[in-house]
Amino acid sequence: MDLYEYQAKDLFAAHGVPVLPGRTVETADEAAAAAAELGTAVVVKAQVKTGGRGKAGGVKLATTPEETKEKAEAILGMDIKGHTVHRVLVTEASEIAEEYYFSFLLDRSNRTFLAMCSAEGGMEIEQLAVERPEALARVPVDPIAGVDKAKAAEIVAQGKIPAAVADQAADVIVKLWETFVSEDATLVEVNPLVRDPQDKVVALDGKVTLDENAGFRHPGHAELVDQRTEDPLEAKAKAKDLNYVKLDGEVGIIGNGAGLVMSTLDVVAYAGEKHGGVKPANFLDIGGGASAEVMAAGLDVILGDPDVKSVFVNVFGGITACDAVASGIVEALKILGDGATKPLVVRLDGNNVVEGRRILDEANHPLVTQVGTMDDAADKAAELAAAGA
Amino acid sequence: MSIFLNENSKVIVQGITGSEGTKHTAKMLAAGTNIVGGVNARKAGTSVSIGGKDLTVFGTVEEAMKETGADVSVVFVPPRFAKDAMVEAIDAEIPLAVVITEGIPVHDSAYAWAHTVAKGNRTRIIGPNCPGIISPGKSNAGIIPADIAGAGPIGLVSKSGTLTYQMMYELRDFGFSSAIGIGGDPVIGTTHIDALEAFEADPETKAIVMIGEIGGDAEERAADFVKANVTKPVVGYVAGFTAPEGKTMGHAGAIVSGSAGTAQAKKEALEAAGVRVGKTPSETAALMREIVSGL
Repeated sequence: MDLYEYQAKDLFAAHGVPVLPGRTVETADEAAAAAAELGTAVVVKAQVKTGGRGKAGGVKLATTPEETKEKAEAILGMDIKGHTVHRVLVTEASEIAEEYYFSFLLDRSNRTFLAMCSAEGGMEIEQLAVERPEALARVPVDPIAGVDKAKAAEIVAQGKIPAAVADQAADVIVKLWETFVSEDATLVEVNPLVRDPQDKVVALDGKVTLDENAGFRHPGHAELVDQRTEDPLEAKAKAKDLNYVKLDGEVGIIGNGAGLVMSTLDVVAYAGEKHGGVKPANFLDIGGGASAEVMAAGLDVILGDPDVKSVFVNVFGGITACDAVASGIVEALKILGDGATKPLVVRLDGNNVVEGRRILDEANHPLVTQVGTMDDAADKAAELAAAGA
Repeated sequence: MSIFLNENSKVIVQGITGSEGTKHTAKMLAAGTNIVGGVNARKAGTSVSIGGKDLTVFGTVEEAMKETGADVSVVFVPPRFAKDAMVEAIDAEIPLAVVITEGIPVHDSAYAWAHTVAKGNRTRIIGPNCPGIISPGKSNAGIIPADIAGAGPIGLVSKSGTLTYQMMYELRDFGFSSAIGIGGDPVIGTTHIDALEAFEADPETKAIVMIGEIGGDAEERAADFVKANVTKPVVGYVAGFTAPEGKTMGHAGAIVSGSAGTAQAKKEALEAAGVRVGKTPSETAALMREIVSGL
């Protein structure tokens, strides 16, 4: 789960990482009040989970509460790379002497953590990594040993942070490591980490990604989910514990296992090329326990998507038994009643397939078509979607 | 022959008394796996009867190994206890630990991996969040259904469980030396490269199917390895060609970020290494069919 800047900074502050005071608000009037309360020149920053806010005009300086109100009015409601701005962070404007870059992240390839540090912060780090790789230090961090002051000093030195603030930067890095570990983050990034004219080191921006698998250790993390900007269908699926991602096509997809569902999306997209360019409408993995309830919940979400014209249920029964899936489909259609209006193409294979196919044959539901292979079923689902579009 | 797991493997189950552990222990026994006991510290000294076999529950992996000669552990414990279970298996220096558990925090997996390395890599970890490994007709450690396909000349390595099953099903008339699901998490023990290396060295394996998916660079690195080290024919498949950037597709590792991790990039890397890549599972199976028929 990616956090907003203000949420990241709240976590930083909780772990002792220096940040500037600020308020997160949803209206221009609140922004003006926040500026008055801070009593300084402020920066109004759009809160969106994407980069390039500055370039898009989502970050503006204001010297008075009136000006803050104007700037907030301009930024609120703005669209930045498809993200609507619902909130702005009004934060004390800082004087910047130098900008650095710092992050902790997971290094998948080496199965360890990595610290990245550079005295040349501020710009897009991907750009720096390509243009001047020697300016970006990459220091492996052992997950068991972690980062103490000595390790932090090593990172700071490799990142060529100036000596005058090296010790302070090392302290900040130790606290960022504490944030990274104790919050179960997979990314903690500060760009820029600034040095002000008084030689104070402050995290001016913050980007944090939390590991959702670690939710059981962090009951508070659930509150960081922004319900409003979630896709309504994704929010509905999440409430039912379904692993669902909304896409922009017409063929609803239900399958078991992440890999098979991803593969199903591909096969449907290829089949769609022959049927007017229809595409998959979603990713939905019902996982191992495909009970009638899970199937009903999944079908309910997918049939609630107005873009969906047909549904493809693709199950290879490993642990999941096909008869349970078939019963689930029959039960789900009963529960949904007249709510189910779109054609379903079902392909079952594997564990208990004969019984599964028999259950569907016997139910003989007018909306359900059984097809023997994944390729043929994808073709049929695409054909039906094209006909219904 | 086969890789990592054979007819002599003696298997214990960590979490044997839990519902998943019990259910799959029964299935593994039915598939002919030589299960010699289980581990649960709170039920040490008791025994469980599963599938008509009485199995002793030991307090620790170390004790189970000492008493039974076990050399493989299959881990079914819930996510919050998985790190301790992995560390225990590593400390006991069991040669193979197959971690089925889904939903383990990545900090825990990274810790366990660092611990394995610190202990001198004496334990091969498969997973976590994987279906395990089957050497058909010999042994089955994990949750891959044993009745999909029998023994044969193909080696299969895959990130995904259900795609493993799908591919075994497509090629069931040829059969497999071993099929291994390495898991879709960002941090895993055994990699595509480890499996490719073992299949290359296994005289029974004549050809290899490699299944990947979006995210990370494991497939690209595997391609480099194939180019330099694999003489046997390799056929590949990558899931997620149509996946949009920035959306995680079920597996914690399956996400396209920026230009990295796309299926197209992986396909191109594999093809540059001489691996024939199918667009779909059935096309991939057809490529393999052609190769094995010509052997």
